[in-house]
Amino acid sequence: MKVRVDVMLRPGVLDPQGAAVRAALGNLGFEGVNAVRQGKVIELDLAEEDPEAARAQATEMAEKLLANLVIESYRVEI
Amino acid sequence: MKAAVLVFPGSNCDRDLKVALERAGADVAMVWHKEDRLPEGLDLVAVPGGFSFGDYLRCGAIAAHSPITASLRRHAARGGFVLGICNGFQVLTETGLLPGALIRNAGLKFLCKDVALRVETAESAFTAGYDEGQQVTFPIAHHDGNYQIGPEGLAALRGEGRVAFTYVENPNGSVGDIAGVLSPNRRVLGLMPHPERAVDPVHGGSDGVAMFGALLGALAGA
Repeated sequence: MKVRVDVMLRPGVLDPQGAAVRAALGNLGFEGVNAVRQGKVIELDLAEEDPEAARAQATEMAEKLLANLVIESYRVEI
Repeated sequence: MKAAVLVFPGSNCDRDLKVALERAGADVAMVWHKEDRLPEGLDLVAVPGGFSFGDYLRCGAIAAHSPITASLRRHAARGGFVLGICNGFQVLTETGLLPGALIRNAGLKFLCKDVALRVETAESAFTAGYDEGQQVTFPIAHHDGNYQIGPEGLAALRGEGRVAFTYVENPNGSVGDIAGVLSPNRRVLGLMPHPERAVDPVHGGSDGVAMFGALLGALAGA
């Protein structure tokens, strides 16, 4: 079963890369970009076929490794 | 005094750290990350700088889950000393042995230069060779040295005198100008600047000598 984990910096944590992308978009002439936040998408292919069990596995993986909860939040999508 | 330097794929300050510890009088073993146990009778485990696992996922995140880190946790839990420098500091925050996290430098650039630091506490085996408030110069070489911690964590660090070093001029956006922090028992130090690259006049400075000397002195008497 394919599971997707999105990892983003928590609101309030400075995202210097997002800020640099925003500045570059401005340089390209894209106006009105108020903010850019950059995160990660992690795709997992799990042997587990039960959606809720797969969600539980991916959640544990996110908590232990995929996200650093001091600075990041995550979302699991089946 | 017996010390181990952990070595991960991508570590590049491991031998510098070994030399600095040996010069201060330590007996140093290099331990590959796939080992599942540390040598017996260790006083200090040192986690070196570099780019462990290519900084994949997050700096230090993969190393923090290497086979050897279970032994590192046990060493720290029984009151052993741990020193993490640069990537080693990132590894220690990722293992949870030290609070906070290190993110991309606020200015986005990799920084490689000497910086002035203020010694915030002399009350640790690592910093006892300095005076509180003393300025020292260590090199920095990092892309992700921007120390972040929430308001409560910051208040705890300050209240317990666990900020070990601050930058005189903040190079990377770190909260409270923090360059290095101590664990609650003051036996785990993590810092972004490189004391092991300042232990000989040919390095351009030798302010790091006092850290390794004080550490060895404290552990020799332990």
